[in-house]
Amino acid sequence: MVDKPIKGEKRYFVTGNEVVAWAALAAGAEIMYGYPITPQNEVMHYWTRLAPKYNRKFLQTEDEISAGFATCGGVLSGARAFTATAGPGNTLMQESMSMAEMMKIPTVVVVQQRGGPSTATVIYSQQEVTMTCFGANGEGLRVVYSTGSHQELYDYTIKAFNTAWKYRIPTFVLGDGYQAKMRESLVMYDPEERGIKMVPTEKIVGKEGMPGVEREPSHLRNTYNTEDELYDVVEKLVRDFWQAAPEIVEHQEFDCQDAEIIVVAHGVVTRAAQAAVKELRAQGKKIGHFRPVTLRPFPREAMKKAIANAKELIVVESAEGQLDKIVKAEIYGCSKPITGYFKPGVGITAEEIVEFINKRG
Amino acid sequence: MALAPNMPKSWRAETKPHKFCPGCGHGLVLKALGECIDELGIQDRVVFGCDIGCSLLSWDFFNTDSIQTHHGRTTPVLTGVKRARPDRICIAYMGDGGGYAIGSQHLVNAASRNEKITTILVNNCNYGMTGGQMAPTSLPGMKTETTPYGRDVELTGNPTQGPEMVAAITPEGAYVARGTIANLRQLRKMIKKALETQINGTGFSFVEALSACPTNWRTNAKDTLHFVEKEMTKYFKVGELKVPGEKEGK
Repeated sequence: MVDKPIKGEKRYFVTGNEVVAWAALAAGAEIMYGYPITPQNEVMHYWTRLAPKYNRKFLQTEDEISAGFATCGGVLSGARAFTATAGPGNTLMQESMSMAEMMKIPTVVVVQQRGGPSTATVIYSQQEVTMTCFGANGEGLRVVYSTGSHQELYDYTIKAFNTAWKYRIPTFVLGDGYQAKMRESLVMYDPEERGIKMVPTEKIVGKEGMPGVEREPSHLRNTYNTEDELYDVVEKLVRDFWQAAPEIVEHQEFDCQDAEIIVVAHGVVTRAAQAAVKELRAQGKKIGHFRPVTLRPFPREAMKKAIANAKELIVVESAEGQLDKIVKAEIYGCSKPITGYFKPGVGITAEEIVEFINKRG
Repeated sequence: MALAPNMPKSWRAETKPHKFCPGCGHGLVLKALGECIDELGIQDRVVFGCDIGCSLLSWDFFNTDSIQTHHGRTTPVLTGVKRARPDRICIAYMGDGGGYAIGSQHLVNAASRNEKITTILVNNCNYGMTGGQMAPTSLPGMKTETTPYGRDVELTGNPTQGPEMVAAITPEGAYVARGTIANLRQLRKMIKKALETQINGTGFSFVEALSACPTNWRTNAKDTLHFVEKEMTKYFKVGELKVPGEKEGK
């Protein structure tokens, strides 16, 4: 019997990529399939150093297309499997994730966003929101957790496996290069010791027993012959997704109750938004902050409630309006003015949010 | 009383007759594969993966667990299964477009890594499902929907020599062969050896099967067989290219 990777609770001061590798180990992930791309590389570096000690496996594939599809294969065979990527790699991985969407394959993908479009920078952005939520030829039937700290990278990487396997929905942990590369303190723990039960995996192919004799064979398809046949399948996928959505959505709100202006931000930018709210409140201004943790499905009802008393919304993000577009679609019918503070591929500080709001008077 | 044709035990009777065009080679290759699965007694261990293209029609062909994947992506999916569950017998089934064009990087790298899976690639010199376009394997001068005046090798290159390429990049222990539906007994032996290679765990196994597409070739039965036996074999030499434990080039 191999020891558990994490026993008890321990405080660490490490990079986000290391956190992801430890979290996947603690969650009982059996195999990682990966392809090098910055700023995600150290997830693989730590995984490959740790995995053999705990009887886990790794395969370095020829590209992200292969990493995504091999992850699908691993998951179908019943393994708690995952991959990690970024930027152009995320683009390539969307093909396999559309198959995961169609065939309800509970894949887990950690995305450390880098600049875009194209190769852009290896550093940071929030420009993979649209792609991660709605990529490929599909309907966006995925779960996307947008993390803002190392503790959340740890918590949500573990949670991603459970969400994926419980609902059979491909699940993403959407981090970014800042979270990937910086060091921060967090508490690592064994999920079971915290009362987090890991959802058991299941062999979707390669089951026991003679197929066609002792049991029906697993015949998995993604191609359909007629529009009607496809419609029935997609309609069920959509129904299942929205049925699960209320149990999946997560958000945080800060001083929204009496706020006149509410800053909407996700991921690492929530930290700047939270600090800006503190500062502006100290200045006597009625400011609040709403943070969707799940970008897909989006915490629509919670947001509608949180902004009910506000006069105005300001969407702040390191992208040219990708969150903004989602917000506007989700709260359709809301007549409050929405202003964007967009810095595609650039970090956002609390000071500039404060300045932006103060300049508006 | 008409004699019922012998179906391999591992075939799924409920999905027969199959949906391939009359005269198509897929049914013959899948029959050879089914017989091998029966002979080796591995039906309960097989995970069968099929590509997109005509090969997608085999998704419910066998009484085995089966995954229909994307065009070109069967190799990585089955690699993923095998890496996680080495006790399974993983068979990736695809056409020439899936293996040599859109999925060529997967074939090359799975072969280089000597993945312990079996790839069976059906070569019919064209993209059948999409209506008969030029494939990597279309013969020089061959008329297809995208080479209506004949394949010009100056513009489009020569037919891909798949098994030769795979044999060149796989280490000792792999099995590589090219068979043909014109010699089913030989094709069956090759597929069996390929599966045995996987069972023995010595390396990657790859069988290309020369096949027929009379619908898109617009050939009658006689001309179809002539094309497979006489025209295709001018470019695609039938035989074993690599056998575990044997010197190469025999």
